[in-house]
Amino acid sequence: MSDSDTGNAAQAGGPEDERIKEIGGLRQWLIRPELGGIVGTIAVFVFFGILAGDSGMFNAQGIMNWSLISAQFMIIAVGACMLMVAGEFDLSVGSMIGFAGISIAMFGVVWGLPMWLAILVTFAICIAIGAINGFIVVRTGLPSFIVTLAFLFILRGFTIFIPQTVENRTIIGGIEEAAEGDWLAALFASDIMGWLFVWLADIGLVDTFQRGTREGQPVVDGIPMLIVWAIVLVIVGHTILTRTRFGNWIFAAGGDAQAARYVGVPVDRVKITMFMTTAFCATVFACCQVFEFGSAAADRGILKEFEAIIAVVIGGALLTGGYGSVMGAALGALIFGVVQQGLFFADVESSLFRVFLGVILLLAVILNTYIRRIITGER
Amino acid sequence: MKSFLKTVAAAALVAATPFMAAADGHLGGERYILVSHAPDSDSWWNTIRNALTLAGEQMGVEVEYRNPPTGDIADMARIIEQAAASGPDGIITTLADPTVLGDSIRAAVDAGIDVIIMNSGTPEQAREVGALMYVGQPEYDAGFAAGQRAAGDGVTSFLCVNHVISNPVVAERCQGFADGLGVELGESMIDAGQDPQEIQNRVMAYLNANPDTDGILTLGPTSADPTILALEELGLAGDIYFGTFDLGENIVAGIRDGVIEWGIDQQPFLQAYLPVVVLTNYHRYGVLPGNNINSGPGFITADGLELVEALAGEYR
Repeated sequence: MSDSDTGNAAQAGGPEDERIKEIGGLRQWLIRPELGGIVGTIAVFVFFGILAGDSGMFNAQGIMNWSLISAQFMIIAVGACMLMVAGEFDLSVGSMIGFAGISIAMFGVVWGLPMWLAILVTFAICIAIGAINGFIVVRTGLPSFIVTLAFLFILRGFTIFIPQTVENRTIIGGIEEAAEGDWLAALFASDIMGWLFVWLADIGLVDTFQRGTREGQPVVDGIPMLIVWAIVLVIVGHTILTRTRFGNWIFAAGGDAQAARYVGVPVDRVKITMFMTTAFCATVFACCQVFEFGSAAADRGILKEFEAIIAVVIGGALLTGGYGSVMGAALGALIFGVVQQGLFFADVESSLFRVFLGVILLLAVILNTYIRRIITGER
Repeated sequence: MKSFLKTVAAAALVAATPFMAAADGHLGGERYILVSHAPDSDSWWNTIRNALTLAGEQMGVEVEYRNPPTGDIADMARIIEQAAASGPDGIITTLADPTVLGDSIRAAVDAGIDVIIMNSGTPEQAREVGALMYVGQPEYDAGFAAGQRAAGDGVTSFLCVNHVISNPVVAERCQGFADGLGVELGESMIDAGQDPQEIQNRVMAYLNANPDTDGILTLGPTSADPTILALEELGLAGDIYFGTFDLGENIVAGIRDGVIEWGIDQQPFLQAYLPVVVLTNYHRYGVLPGNNINSGPGFITADGLELVEALAGEYR
């Protein structure tokens, strides 16, 4: 079963081998999973450019604001996307964010470990929990929906229980002080390329503070590490998924697990690795949040699992697995972030904004599915 | 990757065209944004929204209400940044967690936006983030006053039903109450959750397990309403000393029926209304009150309930 060529004998029906058939340039572009994301991104920017162009949404602070939100979505969407391509999904992402944050605070502040060690321990714990998630899924054959739903509650429970029992509180501060000068914490919190914004302020493209201790400084300090992480994760995820053998395994595991096993793909290992990846992404998210805001709270990350899934689905991935792209998920995250923030700048009543969001999600998914079906002729 | 870069380039083009600084200084039609920490499900904030709208109409200014849907304070920090980016004349915000919100608020202040802290936080914290003033009820003091009052009425042990365990500011009410009573808080504060049925069951379970409890403090309608039901089911309604923070229809009815001794009104109406009035007059005429404003605590008892009853949940 290890020879991958033998598995394809049955499907060669036509005169030419389908696997090496030429596909036209336009058609090739249209069947990309990113298509919906690209169209949606352009549409969303045009829409808000017209509706909220003069509202501050596109000044430096405004751009930084929706970029940060989009970057947050992106970080968890990368993991969620790869896992979804592998045919599973993870509802414990949101709880994992809260859990990882509290874990860093407990180890780093309450139990006094050096911050870099607290971060590494937290990563180890969270990735191990991701592995447990995946292990239970592949061993029992239960839907990942159920297993990770269980972990949604298990993790949230511990996230409240542990600081409550040890410290009698559910928000733990003092992280900024504990992380002072720490080399690893700096990877998650600081801003880079501040000089760029000073220069932009000098030529008048970026506003400056009008008063206070930061008078004259640009309103944007630099590019937050949160955004850097998002971009790095997207690039790495995209490369793995499209350029490596392991990426092919992910697609195969999600497309038809049994067929993939027949051709020698270690499906279980792939799936477990993907669960560990979502856990890793959630922990990165938590680190960025904890070190930016200087505290961890037990209620962080509520509903973030759905936001990750929304971004991935807008980005063109199939809930059933085997189809999707990290780039699409990143664009989905960008759309989600821009819409969520843009509706505010467009002065939409806040209680209505989720209605709009739901409608846009629905439209994006219908459009994605529709286009894909026409082009690929599937189902 | 290529198409992605193209998209980014296109986006940047769209983004760059309408570049403009926020306009302000126009007399009349000032724009104020109120940011709260409350999740959508918290109906107590309805009063805030009503008062905000009313103040906007009366002063002839634009007002907007924003909140994080799940009550996530980190999300709230982003909302404050977002509000600041839209260049309003003033931001009215709660200071539910100074560590998380401090930087965002300070950046807004430094960018030239006037900020007033309402509801959560303390006058000291408001000053630290550079706000003009604090409008609200000092939580610990209010709890302490309530505790002293209960002690005077003969309460010796109590249950504090906390439905927002994640908010340390709210928990100070329980601590203040315990200190006012002169007892240890210890295990008296329970994490009730937000679901009414769960709250009711937890209160019943606690009272069954601790039959010598002679006082109950709830921290708002979310926990008070199910607690009323729990007491009715246990046959303790009216027997046990029951005080609560905030008002709502059921709380007012409870006070009238003698189930609830008193409600501590922090007057959310004033917390939303006064900042708008203060900011408008500050921007138009340069006048500013010289101090912070305490909107509460005010104890509401069975005497003089009528107006409160008529407006409960709307403006009271």
